[in-house]
Amino acid sequence: MGKRERLSGNEAVAIALRQINPDVFPAFPITPSTEIPQYFASYAANGQVDTEFIPVESEHSSMSAAIGASAAGARSLTATSSCGLAYMWEELYIAASNRLPLVLALVNRALSGPININCDHSDSMGARDSGWIQMYAENNQEAYDNMVQAYRISEHKDVRLPVMICQDGFITSHAVENIELLEDEEVKNFVGEYEPENYLLNPECPIAVGPYAVTDYYMEAKRAQAEGMRHAVQVVKDVAKEFASLSGREYGLFEEYCLEDAERAVVMIGSAAGTTKDAVDKLRADGEKVGLLKIRLFRPFPAEEIAEALKGVKAVAVMDRAEGYSNQGGPLGADVMAALYRSRSEALAVNYVYGLGGRDVRVEDMEDVFAALKQMRQDQDPGETYRYLGIRE
Amino acid sequence: MSNLTEIRWHGRGGQGAKTAALLLADVAFQTGKYVQGFPEYGPERMGAPITAYNRISDTKIRVHSNIYDPQYVVVVDESLLEAVDVTGGLKKDGAILINTQRTKEEILPHLRGYEGEVFIIDAHKVSMEAMGRYFPNTPLLAAIVKVAGIMDEETFLKEMEASFKHKFASKPEVIAGNMKALEMAFKEVH
Repeated sequence: MGKRERLSGNEAVAIALRQINPDVFPAFPITPSTEIPQYFASYAANGQVDTEFIPVESEHSSMSAAIGASAAGARSLTATSSCGLAYMWEELYIAASNRLPLVLALVNRALSGPININCDHSDSMGARDSGWIQMYAENNQEAYDNMVQAYRISEHKDVRLPVMICQDGFITSHAVENIELLEDEEVKNFVGEYEPENYLLNPECPIAVGPYAVTDYYMEAKRAQAEGMRHAVQVVKDVAKEFASLSGREYGLFEEYCLEDAERAVVMIGSAAGTTKDAVDKLRADGEKVGLLKIRLFRPFPAEEIAEALKGVKAVAVMDRAEGYSNQGGPLGADVMAALYRSRSEALAVNYVYGLGGRDVRVEDMEDVFAALKQMRQDQDPGETYRYLGIRE
Repeated sequence: MSNLTEIRWHGRGGQGAKTAALLLADVAFQTGKYVQGFPEYGPERMGAPITAYNRISDTKIRVHSNIYDPQYVVVVDESLLEAVDVTGGLKKDGAILINTQRTKEEILPHLRGYEGEVFIIDAHKVSMEAMGRYFPNTPLLAAIVKVAGIMDEETFLKEMEASFKHKFASKPEVIAGNMKALEMAFKEVH
């Protein structure tokens, strides 16, 4: 079981998709996600998969084709980044509201402008209210493992919602690192055959997909959609548990790193969490009680569980790799602070915006954040709760 | 993390610095190490200065930042000595490896007072003799493996031959030249 390899995040996700062997993959290239359909196109050409690979003329079309395929009863997906995701906007809502199982391999990249090809989370964060489940990865291994688990979550009868599997552009997508792959057969058995309940190509039970709903039905439809999102939390946990028994790698809604007795904590998403772990280890070696909470599942947002995990923490820094333009911080900051407030937490909390457009995050930067939290505790005052990390003024 | 080796590559777009970093990650992985090989993407065009990085370690690598205080620096294009602060943060007990046709004495004044070890190789000569074309990254890959003591020559050559057979499956005629360039570079770097 398990094959040791070294792969970029993009190739790792492409291999997961080869092992899953989906039915339909429409794609339009955009940096830094281009390699995913590029690798996959060669698998299709070499007969390693029997997927219908459709090169289309835009992201609007790639998502539309993936939606059409899913509605027809096929297991489908596409991949994109940044402006490509923006161009899929209306389709994102259509996929989710029609309760279509579907996967999007998203490689996070800044939205314009200024035009920038590097990583931040402004693309997927903008889509956080679209009804898609969103899962994030720290490294190539997590991107691969999340992709292997994606269809089990998306297709679950209590969920039936599209899933976005996100990883950091270039930082993980283009970095070659060690990884452990599952055997093809293991992935195939884990993911299983897709047996849709209701689908367009079923002559026994004709249905309409995407009809008009007037005021007396629209709201119930949205409520039903939200119910699918509520169920997703348990399904994500159940699938992770089964995955752990197969791979030995454990996942939850989020990862707690040295959080048990932590007095100061950082909450963050993505590759910089690995860098933060090194900062935590360094400070722990000096006896400082610091920890990290790394979000894996961002939509639905596991607010109660996060508040519970942060229960003993006295000062929190929530790190956003996207601006929210609320004059208060970013989207993760808003959600975590609301979770703390609802749980009647008395922790001092601040929200940092960091790493926009690929701005590098060093171990020292994260040590500075923990130092700022220490100062806050001493002062018993959070000070400016909306901050930028490492900005040149 | 005393077992961690960090290497920074300076090249120009099109010279294969990124490929060399990925190949180095590849070959170090084959010896059981934890590795990272990644490029830093600036403006992507032929001739623009580019940076690539390697981390090689006995333990799992979690940090995802660029490398600011490397033990080793490889300069693929010596015109960068004037354009980029290639020795920036380079550790004194580390070394710099430069592709040049000049002598060490001629190069030293251009290193902004760097006090560590300096190695040079004429990758142009090696590449032209071995392959008949100028691919500086192949000789530099072998040279940095030797300078940084990443693995012994025999293991390196064995792993690289396997890697080239895979990489050049559709044009096996170039394998011999690449192998010769690696062997020559091991002798030429000084």
